[in-house]
Amino acid sequence: MLDLTPKEITERTALRINPAKTCQPVGAMYAALGVHRCMPHSHGSQGCCSYHRTFLTRHFKDPAIASSSSFTEGASVFGGGSNLKTAVRNIFDIYKPDIIAVHTTCLSETIGDDVGAFIQDMDIEEGKYVVHCHTPSYVGSHITGYGNMIAGFIKYLSRSTGRKHDRLNIIPGFVNPGDMREIKRILDLMGIPFIMLPDTSGVLDAPMLGRYTMYPPGGTRIDDIIAMGDSPLTLALGELACEDPANELKRKCGVDYKLLPLPMGIGATDQFIMALSNFSGHEVPYALEEERGQLIDILLDSHPYFHGKSVAIYGDPDTVLGITGLVLEMGMIPKYVITGTPGEAFTEKAQELFSKFGVTGCTAKAFSDLFELHQWIKNDRVDLLIGGSYGKQIAKAEDIPLVRAGFPILDRYVHSYMPLVGYRGAMRLVEMILNALMDRQDRDCADEDLELVM
Amino acid sequence: MKAQSLLLEERQGFIHQKGSCGSVSIQCDTESLSGAVSQRACVYCGARVVLNPITDAFHIVHGPIGCASYTWDIRGSLSSGAEWYRNSFSTDLSEQDVIFGGEKKLWEALSEVTRVHSPRVIFVYATCIVGVIGDDVRAVCKRAEEKFGIPVIPVMSPGFAGHKSVGYRMACNALMELLSRAPKAPKRGGSVNILGDFNLAGEMWIIKNYLEEMGVKVVARITGDATCEELMHAGEAALNVVQCAGSMTYLAKRMEEAMGIPWIKVSFFGIEDTSQSLIHIAQALGDREAEKKARELIARETRALEPVLCRSRELLGGKKAAIYVGGGFKAISLIKQFREIGMETVVVGTQTGRKEDYDIINSLVREGTVVLDDANPAELEYFIREKQADVLVGGVKERPLAYKLGVAFLDHNHERRHPLAGFVGVRNFVKELQLSVNSPVWQYVR
Ligand code: SF4
Repeated sequence: MLDLTPKEITERTALRINPAKTCQPVGAMYAALGVHRCMPHSHGSQGCCSYHRTFLTRHFKDPAIASSSSFTEGASVFGGGSNLKTAVRNIFDIYKPDIIAVHTTCLSETIGDDVGAFIQDMDIEEGKYVVHCHTPSYVGSHITGYGNMIAGFIKYLSRSTGRKHDRLNIIPGFVNPGDMREIKRILDLMGIPFIMLPDTSGVLDAPMLGRYTMYPPGGTRIDDIIAMGDSPLTLALGELACEDPANELKRKCGVDYKLLPLPMGIGATDQFIMALSNFSGHEVPYALEEERGQLIDILLDSHPYFHGKSVAIYGDPDTVLGITGLVLEMGMIPKYVITGTPGEAFTEKAQELFSKFGVTGCTAKAFSDLFELHQWIKNDRVDLLIGGSYGKQIAKAEDIPLVRAGFPILDRYVHSYMPLVGYRGAMRLVEMILNALMDRQDRDCADEDLELVM
Repeated sequence: MKAQSLLLEERQGFIHQKGSCGSVSIQCDTESLSGAVSQRACVYCGARVVLNPITDAFHIVHGPIGCASYTWDIRGSLSSGAEWYRNSFSTDLSEQDVIFGGEKKLWEALSEVTRVHSPRVIFVYATCIVGVIGDDVRAVCKRAEEKFGIPVIPVMSPGFAGHKSVGYRMACNALMELLSRAPKAPKRGGSVNILGDFNLAGEMWIIKNYLEEMGVKVVARITGDATCEELMHAGEAALNVVQCAGSMTYLAKRMEEAMGIPWIKVSFFGIEDTSQSLIHIAQALGDREAEKKARELIARETRALEPVLCRSRELLGGKKAAIYVGGGFKAISLIKQFREIGMETVVVGTQTGRKEDYDIINSLVREGTVVLDDANPAELEYFIREKQADVLVGGVKERPLAYKLGVAFLDHNHERRHPLAGFVGVRNFVKELQLSVNSPVWQYVR
């Protein structure tokens, strides 16, 4: 019944069916939740704010707090300046955050609200902050919004005093709190002091302690964001999501940056750890060597079960590229690799990976959607799907196993607590891939072929 | 934290505690405050939830991608046939379109849809910026309807034009537009339309079965599990039965004006309301036989539920409930339902309740119960704690809040897992309550 996608592919130029992206503000909201005692604020109609909070709540299974300017007909004609002013006053009065992070919506952008000027006109109490960024929903995707919000924090807060400290800046790509924890663990193992912006661990994976706090203990501290301007270097982990904010910091405070892929899989994690080692001049500790060795050991033990299998990967650009890298390292064939986020850089990077590993016949496409992916699969199927929950219709219609990884995952639990990055994250992903393929083998094989030892 | 310091002065009027000196004067049905962490949704959301369950409709969102993403396969409304409504169609407007207008893209999108699929009806949702960039969506729809020969109906739903209830009205207008295209047909005596049930977890099927057992014919289901064809016959029914009054009273009134169909309000949540509603329907149709059958059905089902209720009173009696739901009618049914199992409602709030609803609520609850309109999480938290509620009934945004507070939860919204309507719904309702309230996990919460 769910299988309504026709096999025959017809050209579409205007119609988007079953998107693999969503709008900018939700990414901005996510980034803002990664700052301690910050209230994300949506400058637009209240429906946007409600949708974005719901969307985040469905993925993280945790409350996602945010306020809205609650535009009315009047605001859409005369501008939302007074709504924003009232909103900011009310938010400080009642919810008592230390900082309000305003992002726009398609509406406030289209009517041309000058949010920066509105904020300049406000009387803001000493020690409190209001920052903003532009997140027009008709440009880019939630990934763009995530980067824009981080850049917004930097633009308003980071300062260069001329006195450098030794803490390394880390800008993680659009990943789960579990990934942010893993990145921090690796930095600790390397003995490197750091500032990470944003940091949603301890916010959107906050523990149950029997009371609700609007501002859980996690999140980047405002003082640290200010101090980012005096850091010796920024590592931006996500070639497509993190360049803008890193660049903003360079422009404003002269902090150099290094752009790296999300540390997913062996090669990209090696790259990350080498960059850390170069920065600190420290050797890589045995603990990390051990993890890497374990990962390789696992891959060797299990390679017959995945080598040569074909896979379709969809989702956010950096995550999809990271997973593509890992499956190539495993000897799998990433036959279709798509993201809904526009930008040819994605396609180029995917092509680079294909040629680096010498695979042919693989397709990469940005600004694509799941309907298109489904049509490709109908014409030439794959053994496995990797991506968020929205692929489950395809998985069911085509009877293909699905490994849930990335954003959003609306129909499973625990994912946001666990990493996909680093060697440990790769181990987890390898385990999920193996389980999916081997469960399928068990399900499909004849009784006499059911193997106890595999 | 003191309530005074927590609650904005401007919000005080929206919160009411039932006291000894009777009358209510809660403020409601107004816009949310700027800056509030409101749980409320917008016009588009309201319109979409009403129309979405039409299973063979193509729902095309004209606007940037977000609105289409967030409403893709919003769960719960089940279909017995077509599944088109479970896909996400949109024009995914880009910067170019915002500058030069999106009419051309909308036209293209409509052509692309009709070229490949054969839709029976298309709804085009005009979201936040469409009016602002000057697109004449009505004109494009009209042209498409002429060219493709199927109803192409605009749904005017910019988010800023009000909250969810305005969206309900826009959806009702769209439905009226669709119905206006139906050929004239004679009335079918003793038949009804069901308005305002969205077949969440199959609830429409339960209600329809009850009515069929009573010998009452259901002409059109508006909109749970409906098809375009079925809706076109709605004008032939003798009576409109309105379940979700908040969303559908307006449609009932318009159908009464235009087609002379009388209507009654019903609710199928809880034994008391379900029983009353079935009898009320039979009486409104003047159908003695149906009334007799309804009474038999009610007696049978109530008898079967007795042991369940007995057991629930043992397990749940004396516990306290907090309610935060969309519309007033549901809150009212829930208060009664809790009463049936010996639970007391200590906090009750709605997103879009009206004055009449709050009057009824106030007459149902005990002294000291807190009544809130358009509450934010801080208020909910404060009162759930103060009133020591054991369980919260709400929707997706309230679930993690409840759990973080260490309070059990029951989803009474789109994500409900089992049908909660009718007599079988009572069974599921108490079962889910028990599972959540008595989960072993609570004993580890410190
Ligand atoms: S697309 Fe625009 S109107 Fe829709 S949710 Fe995103 S910001 Fe709001």
